[in-house]
Amino acid sequence: MSNLMWLAIILAVLLGGAYVFRMVGQAATGNAPKFRDMGYGEAFGYVLGGALLVWAVYYYFQPQVAETGVPNAGVVFFRWAVQGFIIAAIAAFLFRLLGRTVGTAGSKKLFRSMPLTAAFGILVILIYTFVAIFAGAIAPYGQAEILGAANVMAGGDPALGGNPEYPLGTDQIGRDILSRLIYGAQNTVGIAFITTCLAFFIGGTLGFLASTLQGWLDQLLSRSVDVLMAIPSLIFALLLMTIASVWSVKLGIPLTIFMVLIIAVIDSTRVYRLARAVGLNIVVMDYIEAAKLRGEGLGYLVFKEILPNAMAPLLAEFGLRFCFVFLTIAALSFLGVGIQPPLADWGTMVRDLAPFINFAAFAPTAAVTPLLAAGAIALLTVAVNFVVDWMLHKTSGLKE
Amino acid sequence: MRSILKIVLQRLGLGLVTLFVVSIVIFVAVNSLPGDFAEAILGQGATPESVATIRRDLGLDQPLVVRYFDWLKGMLTFDLGTSFAQLNFANFGGAGSVTVAEQIAPRLSNTMFLATVTACIAVPLAVFLGILAALYRNTAFDKAANMFTLSSISSPEFFMAYVLILFLAVLNPVFPSLSNIFEGMPFGERLEKSMLPALTLTLVVTAHMMRMTRAAIINLLASPYIEMARLKGLSPMRVIVKHALPNALAPIINVVALNLAYLITGVVVVEVVFVYPGIGQLFVDSVKIRDIPVVQACCLIFAAAYILLNLTADILSIVSNPRLRHPK
Amino acid sequence: MSNLLTIKGLKIEGRSDETWNPIINGVDLTLKKGEVLGLIGESGAGKSTIGLAAMGYTRDGVRISEGTVEFDGIDLVKASAAVKRGLLGKRIAYVAQSAAASFNPAHKLMDQHTEGPVQHGVDSRAASTEDGIELYRKLRLPNPDQIGFRYPHQVSGGQLQRAMTAMAMSCRPDLIIFDEPTTALDVTTQIEVLASIREIVEEFDTAAIYITHDLAVVAQMADNIKVLLRGDEVEEADTRTMLSDPKEDYTKSLWAVREFQRPAKPAVPEGSVPVVSVRGITAAYGKTDVLHDVSFDIHAGRTVAVVGESGSGKSTAARCITGLLPPRMGEIAFDGEVLPADYRKRTKDQLRQAQMIYQMADTALNPRKTIGQIIGRPVQFYGGLTGAKRRKRVNELLDQIELEPSQYYNRLPSELSGGQKQRIGIARALAAEPKFIICDEVTSALDQLVAEGILRLLADLQDNLGLSYMFITHDLATVKSIADEVVVMKEGKVIEQGEKTDMFTPPHHAYTDLLLSSVPEMDPDWLTNLLEERGVDNIGDAAVDKM
Repeated sequence: MSNLMWLAIILAVLLGGAYVFRMVGQAATGNAPKFRDMGYGEAFGYVLGGALLVWAVYYYFQPQVAETGVPNAGVVFFRWAVQGFIIAAIAAFLFRLLGRTVGTAGSKKLFRSMPLTAAFGILVILIYTFVAIFAGAIAPYGQAEILGAANVMAGGDPALGGNPEYPLGTDQIGRDILSRLIYGAQNTVGIAFITTCLAFFIGGTLGFLASTLQGWLDQLLSRSVDVLMAIPSLIFALLLMTIASVWSVKLGIPLTIFMVLIIAVIDSTRVYRLARAVGLNIVVMDYIEAAKLRGEGLGYLVFKEILPNAMAPLLAEFGLRFCFVFLTIAALSFLGVGIQPPLADWGTMVRDLAPFINFAAFAPTAAVTPLLAAGAIALLTVAVNFVVDWMLHKTSGLKE
Repeated sequence: MRSILKIVLQRLGLGLVTLFVVSIVIFVAVNSLPGDFAEAILGQGATPESVATIRRDLGLDQPLVVRYFDWLKGMLTFDLGTSFAQLNFANFGGAGSVTVAEQIAPRLSNTMFLATVTACIAVPLAVFLGILAALYRNTAFDKAANMFTLSSISSPEFFMAYVLILFLAVLNPVFPSLSNIFEGMPFGERLEKSMLPALTLTLVVTAHMMRMTRAAIINLLASPYIEMARLKGLSPMRVIVKHALPNALAPIINVVALNLAYLITGVVVVEVVFVYPGIGQLFVDSVKIRDIPVVQACCLIFAAAYILLNLTADILSIVSNPRLRHPK
Repeated sequence: MSNLLTIKGLKIEGRSDETWNPIINGVDLTLKKGEVLGLIGESGAGKSTIGLAAMGYTRDGVRISEGTVEFDGIDLVKASAAVKRGLLGKRIAYVAQSAAASFNPAHKLMDQHTEGPVQHGVDSRAASTEDGIELYRKLRLPNPDQIGFRYPHQVSGGQLQRAMTAMAMSCRPDLIIFDEPTTALDVTTQIEVLASIREIVEEFDTAAIYITHDLAVVAQMADNIKVLLRGDEVEEADTRTMLSDPKEDYTKSLWAVREFQRPAKPAVPEGSVPVVSVRGITAAYGKTDVLHDVSFDIHAGRTVAVVGESGSGKSTAARCITGLLPPRMGEIAFDGEVLPADYRKRTKDQLRQAQMIYQMADTALNPRKTIGQIIGRPVQFYGGLTGAKRRKRVNELLDQIELEPSQYYNRLPSELSGGQKQRIGIARALAAEPKFIICDEVTSALDQLVAEGILRLLADLQDNLGLSYMFITHDLATVKSIADEVVVMKEGKVIEQGEKTDMFTPPHHAYTDLLLSSVPEMDPDWLTNLLEERGVDNIGDAAVDKM
């Protein structure tokens, strides 16, 4: 009850503060339009934002270890988050600066109009690509290599059950977590990338074919896609994976290959929809009519007239689709039916390492490992989304 | 009114047809298993006699079409057959075996409860924040909200779930991290135990819903009739309430229904994380042990819910369109 | 008498590419009570921006950077939002270009009409409703008692525009801003709206700013005219002086557009075979016929203008000729030889002979291809020329359309102006070396000066290459300047056809007559005279309905 009362008091103070803030602002600036036309809600927003900022600074400087000797995990995590955010922002800023000074005139121009979020996204994607390609060279151990000690804590501090040889510790059967994280980039990202390419190949080809030819082919494909899309994709994937798991044993083909095919087919329905819609928008253009009336063939129409104009939306969609596929694969692996061991994979790692979270109150570093794997997934999708967001904003012009 | 009724009936019919076709797809997919159920159930220790017995009992010796309609009939009467998992333990077909329907029913109601709690938090929050972001677009608030929602959409559900567990269960024990709810549990306790999964889902769904609401409202605010309302000297409040909202209703309803449909996918992962005894977890468990009748039934239920919500979105946006409501 | 509205040194900026760029560079304007000022200029002149700024309003991404807008002693630039709200709708009202988009689809017309008076406390809802019906009657809306209780989408465009004028009048404002209120309307509808607006503005002695790009329209409406060019004032004078004695070169050039006229060609010799012969075609979209038994001939070296309002079927006729829409009945003959109805069944040479130029040059050119590729493709496709030969031919074509080849060959369409794009469209058609070209509203998306350049180019090409044109347009001024023969269409039927000289001299068919008489002329007394001559009930749609 006292909690609620505190909440009410804080709210009342903020509401009063907003009123005072606006009044003082009006008096101090001699009734400048900014304060004169400010709504009460807007003033409240400013005050609330200010209060949150003050609280954040206060909390940041709380001691990391409480007087009883127990680490104050909340503060530790908060500091990590703030520091991580600041480092990310600085890295993105420096990267953008680099892009603005080095490179061709075209790339410089691109970087000049780029928001920080997009620069951050590109930087992250580049790093992931690098790690994925050179995983074998970077990782200190093999991904399936079982080392001496199991359940070594992260942090490398022997006093807390760590080992400097394994900076992020080892898992339940003694594999190096850092190495598995690095290999995870190769496996999880690589497989997601291949799947997305496949989905685009299938969905894109059929979509453009349908929009150009129209008629019965379009009807047939579109209705089939409607039906496939009426089943939630993760559910459908799980159903098909159940069946595939039986086939995979019988045929001796790795389940992962089935997974790539299944997700590619399910996802190609979404690509089909977009490719068809984009295609239809282009097909009604007069220049397509002009080309048709000229007597041009189907190949010329699709490859020379339609495709070049569909590249921008398709590229953005590729980013979004990749995120979706990536998340689906991660979810399947997390549920235990995706990428199969001994391949290192982030989704599986999260599931295996999850129990460590419960130690967070005593050793903040212990909770890091499962969150690192999950965070690695989140970071990449966030990065791709930032870039796509920027691309969409750019191609849609300055509508807002 | 005649024409709108016709459109709605058409959509309803279309939804039914889609559901029918989806059921065929699911049935065919399941029946593409190598060998048949009987072998799958008995595994390697199958003798030809035992396989034949089970085959006859399950009606597997019937042609595919007959079996499909039997299954469909069962689905419609909620007689979903017997779970394989139960078959292994109980004396097959005898007393004590639990039918799929008995297994699914309580799970389904648990999931419905979770979805309802989520919707109750997420929908008002998302619509409110979405409208706010649209009204104060391109301000610091909007940009922060954009970054936050984009991040939360991009993150896998289990990441959000563990972050919440870390902060709200481990570091500050506000809510329990395990949602071991059971039948007959008092409402308050049930709500408390469902809180973390509900909040996780809320985070994900709110982000989607808020972004879509924002886009819909911005799109709307750019329309000439809003400019006209401003140029008539109406107060900002009246412009929003009287001129923007009636037209925003259709897109917002659409957004809400679409995102509730999205919940269906999210619920699977989240239930597994929190060990919430819902239909999503049952589904995943059944997938792992290849309990085909349960998988099949769950799949159809998910698909039906998904189709129904999309259909609702469709119909509501038709009904709330003044052009269709007042035909020429 | 003091001024109602005084704008001084108004500068407005718009945001694009992260910087503020000037849109209006210091415009002055004064308006007395009851006076009507016409703002005229081509697209991008900043007319609408000034119109809105006169209400103290700017759109998103636009701001007033300098100057004052003083309305009845109140500076709207500095005034608070609350003060401005008190004036907008009550003392200053706005009539938008597209009434269909500017009425809220969720509310009935009358509810939107009474909203202003009720919210501003001018009038009660009941009294305002009664007044609304009275205004509808004054504006000669059909069914004035009931029309207000319909939803916007249930009312036609011309009627909505009048309902919007009534809404602007609901508080009896001192000033109304009309922002291109008739641009989206057909001529026969436009004239009705013009007449009603003028009448009601006079009756209530309301001051108005009338924004348009159409000189003839503004001549009917305004007391004074101000000409704008790219955010600068060119000149201002009272309407009669401005029309009879424009001072600036730019203004004179605007006036001159209407004077381009081709000399009449000799009559077609008896018995010659027409290049294109449309024989009794009936065509349908789905199950409804949109063309009914349409026939006309186009002879070598001549231009046939197909005229009609929107929905008259003129573009459909073109689609039948090109084979995109095979007619249900009838046939198309080319040089006396009947063509397959579907373009896919026509030979390459048959396709080559008939080319098309489109209305929107933006959508007619593939934005991802250079000019060289766009024009080069038909050269290669039909002529089989490649490499240097192809390049040479493309250069010739660019010369023909008066664009410097070395400068334009590698450009993309987005790097060209509207008029230049339209020229590329012409070059692409010429590249096929056709006998016959369909020009579909080729000048209607262009500013008048540019349009005139295109018309002259087409005329020269016809003289030099002996081309035949089918010229689809709704603009009778264009018909007068370029056509040899005219086909008038209405609701999918040919109403009248013949030599241009015959068509423009009475007597003609009643509809042709109405169409011709509805086109505003550059005479300030034109509307007044027309109304006197025919009476208010015999103009526009009212007259069409009587037919």
